[in-house]
Amino acid sequence: MKLLRWVAGLGLAGTLGAVWAAGQPDPNLARNLAATCANCHGTDGRSVAGAGNEGLAGTDKDTLMQKLRDFRSGARPATIMHQISRGYTEAQLELIAAYFAARK
Amino acid sequence: MHNRRNFLKTAALAGGAVALSGLTGCAMGSRPRGHVVVVGGGYGGATAAKYLRMWSQKGVDVTLVERNPQFISCPISNLVIGGDKQMADITMSYTGLRDTWGVKVIEDSVIALDAAARKLRLASGGELGYDRLVLSPGVDFMFEQVPGLEREEARSRVLHAWKAGAQTVALRKQLEDMPDGGVYALTIPRAPYRCPPGPYERACLVANYLKKSKPKSKVLVLDANEEITSKKALFTTAFERYAGILEYRPNSELREVDAASRTATFDFDTVKADVLNVVPPQRAGDIAAGSGVKLVNKRWVDIDWLSFESVNTPGVHVIGDAIFPAPTMPKSGHIANQHAKIAAAAILNLLAGEAPNPEPVLMNTCYSFVDSKNVIHVSSIHQYDAAKKVVLPVPGSGGVSAAANELEGKYAMAWAKNIWADMLV
Repeated sequence: MKLLRWVAGLGLAGTLGAVWAAGQPDPNLARNLAATCANCHGTDGRSVAGAGNEGLAGTDKDTLMQKLRDFRSGARPATIMHQISRGYTEAQLELIAAYFAARK
Repeated sequence: MHNRRNFLKTAALAGGAVALSGLTGCAMGSRPRGHVVVVGGGYGGATAAKYLRMWSQKGVDVTLVERNPQFISCPISNLVIGGDKQMADITMSYTGLRDTWGVKVIEDSVIALDAAARKLRLASGGELGYDRLVLSPGVDFMFEQVPGLEREEARSRVLHAWKAGAQTVALRKQLEDMPDGGVYALTIPRAPYRCPPGPYERACLVANYLKKSKPKSKVLVLDANEEITSKKALFTTAFERYAGILEYRPNSELREVDAASRTATFDFDTVKADVLNVVPPQRAGDIAAGSGVKLVNKRWVDIDWLSFESVNTPGVHVIGDAIFPAPTMPKSGHIANQHAKIAAAAILNLLAGEAPNPEPVLMNTCYSFVDSKNVIHVSSIHQYDAAKKVVLPVPGSGGVSAAANELEGKYAMAWAKNIWADMLV
């Protein structure tokens, strides 16, 4: 019976662990979101030299966020970024901008 | 009491397993370890191989099984068919995956999957074990639905060129050999098929070539669908610019082909062409279709959108054109690359004893050339809906070009160079 209680205790811990995990964002969320940009802006925002698209790695976070906000509002003219920036939440764009700013 | 004790035992054992794996993950700093095999080195598979190595700091072993010695891109291949680019422009090596990322690249084919034993049998005779498997097999063609194309001999005369490579070269050669005044006929299957705007782009680029080099010729576009399936208004405008050369006929489902005379038969019509280009109906590539993973409509693989794991075959993740698509999600190289990143992230979490990211996002962009320089795009963003357990397009986001333009012609090539590097370099 003692053993049973011990095992049951572990079980409870496991259940709680799963609940906490479900409520928490993935530790790599920013990395994963930023990876959706790589197709055009290069792996980790390092655009292929001479390819013609802006590299994002190392760009100041506030500068990048302002650009993204201007794309969303239409203040900044674009061929495609006005459409793409509207697909992400403000919080997601913040994570993406911070991730690229930290790539030196 | 007896029942209750049994219930507790069961619950405790299940819970204990979760707790222990969770603890292991934390104690080890969540470093994933194991061997992942990726089958298929296209837009999906090559990306998965690189990102599994990159995101695990090379802690996870990755083997890529690919039957071709080099990567040849489907996107941009219509420019080769139109004579604007060469095969060398769309061909890249797997050296970067090998040397920079330490992916073990094997030139071979998979002939059987034993998912219970977690191993694959290779055409060369060997076996390959895995902890997790990524299948990125692309599409294979349902030639049984095209009477007249069942035999290989007919298929060497009536080409699809819907997988870039030898067929791309051969179709270009047929167009070069076609006399001025000849007819190029392109048939399009019912959606879904690989690359929704691809056939219309091809029609434009062939018309562009013929307009310059063989102006008495004709392009006939015979579409099984009721209307243009992608960027309709923009392609309609593009087609008008080729008036007199290009004719578009919707509701034209191909019923039969006579390869010898290059004749295509439809319900109310027969077309005799000088170059007959049939894009056949498609399904998940053979490796996936024959492996026991659950298919939808006997064609596309049913997956869990958080991990891209097959819904009925644990440990097998399927990405790219082979999957049953989410609403409005196209079968494109771009989206296969995005599938690969979600699958890679999920696999690394699972190998570390953690759950996949509960809020994945995918983004798609497809650029299409309407002539040598002018391009139109379609874009979309898809976010996970936890209640519906599928990714859905974000209302108010995405869209198409205002009009064909040269600036996007430059961006299209910038896209190609960056995505190829994102997969292979």
